[in-house]
Amino acid sequence: MSDMMNDEPLLRVSEITKLYGNRIGCQNVDFELWPGEVLAVVGESGSGKSTLLNCLSTRLEPTSGMIEYRMRDGVFRNLYKLTEAERRLLMRTDWGFVHQNPADGLRLAVSAGANVGERLMAVGQRHYGQIRDTATDWLERVEIAADRIDDNPRAFSGGMRQRLQIARNLVTHPRLIFMDEPTGGLDVSVQARLLDMLRRLVADLGLAVIIVTHDLAVARLLSHRIVVMRHGNVIETGLTDQVLDDPREPYTQLLVSSILQV
Amino acid sequence: MTKRLSLKSVGKSFQMHLQGGLTLPVVTNVELEVFSGECVVLGGPSGAGKSSILKMIYGNYRCDEGQILIATGENGETVLDIAKAEPRRMLSLRSNTIGYVSQFLRVIPRVSAEDVVAEPLIAQGADEKTAVNKARDLLTRLNVPNRLWTLPPATFSGGEQQRVNIARGFITNYPMLLLDEPTASLDAANRAVVVELVEEKKASGVAMLGILHDLDVRERIADRIVDVTNFKQAA
Amino acid sequence: MTSSVRTVEAAPDQSTESQYNFAYLDEQTKRMIRRAILKGIAIPGYQVPFASREMPMPYGWGTGGVQVTAAILGQEDTLKVIDQGSDDTTNAVSIRSFFEKTAGVKTTTATADASIIQTRHRIPEASLREDQIIVFQVPIPEPLRFLEPRETETRTMHALKEYGLMHVKLYEDIARNGRIATTYAYPVEVNDRYVMDPSPTPKFDNPKIDEMAALQLYGAGREKRIYAIPPFTKVKSLDFDDHPFEVQKFERPCGLCGAANVYLDEVILDDKGGRMFVCSDTDYCEERREAGHLGDMAADPAAVSLTTSTAGQDAS
Repeated sequence: MSDMMNDEPLLRVSEITKLYGNRIGCQNVDFELWPGEVLAVVGESGSGKSTLLNCLSTRLEPTSGMIEYRMRDGVFRNLYKLTEAERRLLMRTDWGFVHQNPADGLRLAVSAGANVGERLMAVGQRHYGQIRDTATDWLERVEIAADRIDDNPRAFSGGMRQRLQIARNLVTHPRLIFMDEPTGGLDVSVQARLLDMLRRLVADLGLAVIIVTHDLAVARLLSHRIVVMRHGNVIETGLTDQVLDDPREPYTQLLVSSILQV
Repeated sequence: MTKRLSLKSVGKSFQMHLQGGLTLPVVTNVELEVFSGECVVLGGPSGAGKSSILKMIYGNYRCDEGQILIATGENGETVLDIAKAEPRRMLSLRSNTIGYVSQFLRVIPRVSAEDVVAEPLIAQGADEKTAVNKARDLLTRLNVPNRLWTLPPATFSGGEQQRVNIARGFITNYPMLLLDEPTASLDAANRAVVVELVEEKKASGVAMLGILHDLDVRERIADRIVDVTNFKQAA
Repeated sequence: MTSSVRTVEAAPDQSTESQYNFAYLDEQTKRMIRRAILKGIAIPGYQVPFASREMPMPYGWGTGGVQVTAAILGQEDTLKVIDQGSDDTTNAVSIRSFFEKTAGVKTTTATADASIIQTRHRIPEASLREDQIIVFQVPIPEPLRFLEPRETETRTMHALKEYGLMHVKLYEDIARNGRIATTYAYPVEVNDRYVMDPSPTPKFDNPKIDEMAALQLYGAGREKRIYAIPPFTKVKSLDFDDHPFEVQKFERPCGLCGAANVYLDEVILDDKGGRMFVCSDTDYCEERREAGHLGDMAADPAAVSLTTSTAGQDAS
């Protein structure tokens, strides 16, 4: 965090709008994301946060606006001007995407080790022993016992699957991870463990993260900065604790006051 | 002595949209300076806005009016206005300039007490071993039993949690510390430890601004007391 | 009866000609298939879609291979058809007689005499020549389908040369079996570009398709795909640095002809556990026996009955 001030942003988002016919998906979204920064996009269902995430992660072309990403060579590229090959390479090397449902991000037909190793093989690693060693290492980092490496993820619990999905994404040392409700659908105790693990990994690896969540506690724990969305618009943005402790907009105040205090 | 912090014409109010847009004025025209090596204590009754002032300085609350100038950098040569700082700037100030010692521990699941305490020092670049050793020192001084160090503080008693958080606040090498009632509900022995810690910080040139209801402690550590009621809006 | 190698003479003026177009398919269809073949040859290993026709045989019986053969067959050609190496199994016999009937071309079981060899699951042991074409019957042409069922996605992967997934399959093999246990339909990279399924031939045959002198054509009727490997094209079997590609090794030579380094089938001789291993390429085995090579079980009565009964089947 300390050298954060000298860096250029990793992602520049300008005036992103996505319309579905004449219905608004998201509108005029603007922000920059720096290396190592965790940005939470919060809002209720239908607020446009998933639309925004899909636009940012090149899964859904915006109607207008521009998204630029600083590639590993330091050059900013317009994401929607990348060739298909460049885009796909980016997605499986310098980026990660953690789906809410791990089944969407895993290959359930192959072992945990193969799931983690896939990206390595995709970028040309051809040494079985090394791929396996790396996979073992990552499984341990996400607290999956090494002896589960040959097990099928179908035999894993929901929390383990989610951790496996995270390992699968991190194995190429990406700089930016998108997360869509990564703790949704998990038991509270499992959530806590996952959040703690995510928090550590993000800090240790200096990852930039854009995390979509409706859970303000998740945002509070993981993020540096918050974007509050409603009806497709960003209504409030700022430091996470500033937005949560001193919410300015009526909707944000409602959202914050709706949290159950434990 | 260098001027570490100065608040100029700072004002803050809350607009409560859930209560029909009611505006609650908090403070207005706050004028305040804190120099390195001194401890300034905010005085005044509950609700006078002491906590809000601290939170504005730490960036938890927005500052509506005025300037909050903080000297940062190696020797405090760079002066930044927190009231206008973008989030990244604020985060960087929190990681290298301003520390916050609050009463309440925001428990992070599954992180052990000693790691909770060591974390800010590691974030400042210390190696893990040094940080953990220093954390253990502080936990010892604050009488947190040895057997608790490796446990997550979620299940600790209120006083234990508070002491863990005090250790977390004092472990760092920030040039500016905000003390938000660090001694409330501590016993006399631990209060004395906090007084010691504050004295040590002063001696190393740290500027401190605090809220201390405990008159005894306030007497012993405050170099100046600023009465916040002076900053109340003339209704 | 001593030799089952026989060549059926062409009968160009057979009465069937008036009822079928030469080689069954109409000329427009053959041109369409030839265009697909040419494109396939131009882009080695690339799966070219084509408008596969209904053939008078069920899918899975070689409809893709038959259409390719029909499209390239000329009146001067001599056709050999094998199924699992054998000229005499039902599939081979019926396809051979199909073309005897609809095209009236010469057919043969001798590899060296054939100009076109249609095959299911084997490549003859004898080296093929530049003037020969081998046509493979392919059930599933897409090697990536095992892990990626979406056709749109696999096509993109081919287009962008994203073949990591193929190694995921091999990884999985090693993880589960301690070695690459894929023994047939073993994926290959053609001409440093496309990854291809060499049809369900045993991986034993993979080295043969590398730099093969003959043109290789692959037809998948149900899946409507044709692909090709031009003569003398580099074909590499995928592997890992620490688990290199290797072919099956057989512990002993063929029981009938004594050939080593050939692909063997296990034959059960009785219900008391008696068995032997013999060449899967029957023509090769017979040629060797005629040349005087004898395996250690050639004199065994069970083995004798095996060779004669095979020959007896031919006569029917």
